[in-house]
Parts: sequence; C-alpha cells; structure tokens
Amino acid sequence: MTSSMEQLYQQVILDHARDPHGRGLVDGPADAVAGESHQVNPTCGDEVTLRVALGTRGTVPVVEGVSWEGQGCSISQASVSVLTDLVTGQDLRQVDEVAETFRALMHTRGAGLDEEREDALGDATAFTGVAKYPARIKCALLGWAALKDAIAKTGVAVPATASAAATTTEEPA
Amino acid sequence: MTETMLSAGELAAVRADFPLLARTLRDGKPLVYLDSGATSQKPDVVLDAEQDFYAQRNAAVHRGAHQLAEEATEAFEHAREQVASFVGADVGEVVWTTNATAGLNLVAYAMSNATAGRGGEAARRFALAPGDEIVVTEAEHHANLVPWQELAARTGAVVRWVGVDDDGRLRTDELAHVVTDRTRVLAFTHASNVTGAVTDVAPFVARARAVGALTVLDACQSVPHLPVDLHALGVDFAVFSGHKMLGPTGVGALYGRRELLEAMPPVATGGSMVEVVTMQSTTYAPPPQRFEAGTQMVAQAIGMGAAAAYLAELGMDAVAAHEAALAAELLDAVASVPHVRVLGPTDTRDRLATVSFVVDGVHAHDVGQVLDDAGVAVRVGHHCAQPLHRRFGVAATARASASVYTTSQEIAVFREALTGVRAFFGWDR
Repeated sequence: MTSSMEQLYQQVILDHARDPHGRGLVDGPADAVAGESHQVNPTCGDEVTLRVALGTRGTVPVVEGVSWEGQGCSISQASVSVLTDLVTGQDLRQVDEVAETFRALMHTRGAGLDEEREDALGDATAFTGVAKYPARIKCALLGWAALKDAIAKTGVAVPATASAAATTTEEPA
Repeated sequence: MTETMLSAGELAAVRADFPLLARTLRDGKPLVYLDSGATSQKPDVVLDAEQDFYAQRNAAVHRGAHQLAEEATEAFEHAREQVASFVGADVGEVVWTTNATAGLNLVAYAMSNATAGRGGEAARRFALAPGDEIVVTEAEHHANLVPWQELAARTGAVVRWVGVDDDGRLRTDELAHVVTDRTRVLAFTHASNVTGAVTDVAPFVARARAVGALTVLDACQSVPHLPVDLHALGVDFAVFSGHKMLGPTGVGALYGRRELLEAMPPVATGGSMVEVVTMQSTTYAPPPQRFEAGTQMVAQAIGMGAAAAYLAELGMDAVAAHEAALAAELLDAVASVPHVRVLGPTDTRDRLATVSFVVDGVHAHDVGQVLDDAGVAVRVGHHCAQPLHRRFGVAATARASASVYTTSQEIAVFREALTGVRAFFGWDR
C-alpha cells in the first residue's frame, strides 16, 4: 500500500472506524434540550442520525452529550466518532469554532492548517489526508453537517460573543 | 455462444484504438479501467467523427439549402441509420435524446400529455386513468423507476413491481399476477447495471401483450455488450445511451415502434418539430422529428453513429463472447478472495461482465479507495439502484464492469488489489 493511502487512512481513523465513540442513540438528561438531525450523502447512500443534548454552564449553552447511529465508510464513521469526543463538554461557541476549523482543514487539499489551529482539532487532524481526495471530503463532513443541523434544531442560539468559559482559556487574537 | 476471448493480437489492436487506455495514474500505475458500466472509453473513430464534423461539415441540420447544410444533415441522418441498423430498428424509429434518462422521461411525459387530451384520438392509447397500473421491476436503475413514479403521481396510476430473486434474477414467475388487466406500461431492464443479470425478454413481452400493456425496455447495459435486435425482441419502446457504447456523452436514443411514435404527442415543443405554425395553433412534424425540438446534439449523434459502426465492425457476437469469458474471470476473481459476496448471479449464464460485490467489514467506498490506489477504477455506491441494494440488505457495493477492451491481465491486477483490502482495514491479521 502506498504512503498516500497510509496518509488517508491514518491509524486514528481506522481505530475510530472499528470502535466508534458515541454510537447508539440515547436520550439525554431530562433537563437537557435535545436536537436531532438525519443527513444522507446521496452519492453513496451513507447516512447518519445524530442527537445532541444541550445543557448550560452558568448561562452558557454546553453540549452535554452526543449520540448517533449511521452507516457508511470508515472516513464518515470515524469522523462522527472523533466529533463526539471533540465537542462533548464544549460550549456552543467552542463547538462552532472547532467545526469551522475542521471545515477549513477539508479545504487545504492535504496541506493542513497552522499548528495552533490543528492543536484545537486533536484527533481530527488525522483527516488531513482526506482533503487530498475530493470525493471523500463529503464523507468526513457528513457528521459535522448533522451536528450543525441538530444544534440548530434545539433552537438554542450560539452566543455571539466569547463566553466566560472560552475567554479564560484563549488569548485574544 | 462460445466463451472465446479475442486473441492477444486482436485485443491489442482494439486497445490501440482507445487513447485513454494508455495513460497512467496514481504515481505511474497503468490504468485498469473496470468502470465501463458507468461510462465506456472512446475509440479514435468516435473522437475523429466529432472532430471531422466540426472541422469540415458544421452547419445547422434540416434547415438551409447550402452545401454545408446538406452535408451536415446527411451526416446526422447517416448516424441515425447506423444506430438504427445496429439495434435492428428502422431509421424512422430512432429518436435522438440527450441520454437514456431523457428517453424514458420523454415516453412518460408523452403519456402524461396524452392523458391531458393532447394528440387527439390517436393518442388515447397512451392515456392513463386513476387506478391504471405501471409495472416496473425491483432491479431498475432509478431512471426507469422515478419517471414512472412521477407519471403515476400526475395521473392517479399505481406503480407495481416484479421482484428479484436471491441470485439477482427477475422473478419472471411473478408476471402472471403482478401484470394485470389494469397494467398499461411494463418497464423493465434488459440487463441490470448492478447484478449484470440479462433479462429473458420474451415472457415480459408476451405477458404485456396479453393484457394490452406497452413495453419499455432499458437497454443501456445490453446494447454495448450483446447483439440486440429490437424488432426481434418485440418491445414497444427502448432506450440506450451513447456514452456507455463507446460513443460520446450528451446523446442517447429512444426507439419506438413506428405506429406508436406516429400516434404519440410531442413533449418538448418549439423549433424544428413543427409543420405549420400560426398565431392560434400548430401542427407537428412526423416522427422522429416531432420529438426533436430545438437544435440537436449533431456532433455527438455522429459520434454515436461511429461508435455503433465500430462495434458492428468488431461483431457483437465476438464482443459478447469476449465479455462472457471476462465475466467468468471476474466471478473467479471475487470468489477467490475470502469474505467477498456477489450481488447477482454467480454463474455465467445470461449475465454481463458486471460484478457488484461487498467485502465483509469494509465499506464499498473504502474498497474502491484501495483498488484506486492500485490503479483499478471501479464504481462504488448504490449505482442509482437503491431499491435493489435495499433488497439485498446493503447500502452500497463496489462494482467491476468490463468492456470489449478489457483484458485478463487487468482482471488479475484487480484480483491482487482486492486480496489486500481486508488486511489493510485490520481484518484477517
């Protein structure tokens, strides 16, 4: 197998695909606000149903839990699994940022982002190689599209300004 | 039919006609093109026919009296003759369409127009009433399913279907009860783009005739690979596309029995398809022009004619025999790799060299990616046949499909690459 294949299918992706996190839809806590989204990739029939449960930390909306059910290729399944780890416990502004960063990564044609932005992505940097294969970018983004839609369906707005939680951990730009 | 491959020399000569087959990809690997079911590669004679038209004969067809217009019209209509004779039709029975999907929609919308009263008394035979039935099969490409669902929704007709057995063959035994006195259309595939199963057309035509239903044959996958004689098959309508039979994209053909095309109302209306136009009303040209509104895809039609002539020159019996041998080799290849399951017949009788399969534990997209890394191009996904995939309990398959230019060596490369798939994804270690 060539090195480009090993860049595409990094071990992190293969591991998440074989043992995905958050798989199996569950109801969130009774006091959480729930949202659910079903997304399909019509070119290959891959699909994911993702459920998000939002709570609050102080006054800030926070992702308390993500669960999902789906079928698809290793890229799409691993991507939802990594997403589950990344956003659980994060406030909605942080979730928005990491989602935008992941989308940006998918448009680098495999070159990757700067170190600071990649740090924010954690395991999701493993998908850098996917951006070299235009046909596969949609696979990696399927779960992220479901997350965005599920959060929108909760009706909870993403705070426009930096939340208290976020400002203590981030330097102003 | 004997399963005799083209000789090495014959095959080398065929491949030399296809410039694209010589290219490499993915860091210099020779291309192994096993996606001819999606679209075929094109021989020089097709590329040259289009080039020659634009370079030497380009003019508007069927209008103007200058020499170029005459030559262009002659080339355009000669292409229609080439395509008609290739499929055993009369020249007036072939309508150019942009692709096969457009041909099926043309028939469905003509029936809709007839239902709305267009075409007068002669077109009543195409009109549908609420409760009438349109019968398709579970194996259809979406192109031969969705237009019928839409026609049913517009007219109050009901869509029913013939099932598929565990080998991917159509359940011909169901015709007797699924096709009834209320059935007005029986639309079915001549050869599945997923299972490769070739339909025994005779019982479908016989049953449709017994109840007075029109038959519509999707011949996209049969015309490029098998000898097809539409008159002998006895269907009422058939469609096929240029790009799957070594011809250009942007052109296909609708075949209709002459008396049916003469009675059928037009769908697209406007220039070139009329007789007399006044500010109040319009009379229409006879077929096939009645169904060819606006400027046609002249260069592509000429290219499709050249493709038909090229295949006719090779001889469709020889093409079919070569591909029957390839089908056996493809089936052997997938059978030799553990944990690979075929959707469709695993015997070589009445099947194309089109083999769809699943690899246990590995999604079709991932299978395709590993094959691509070895230079092997296969199709992955549902191949525009979601109901058929659902029938087999899978969302997607990988599909290897051959054509007249495919070699045994290419199938060996495919087999070798397929052997490594499960290990790459951490299975069987």
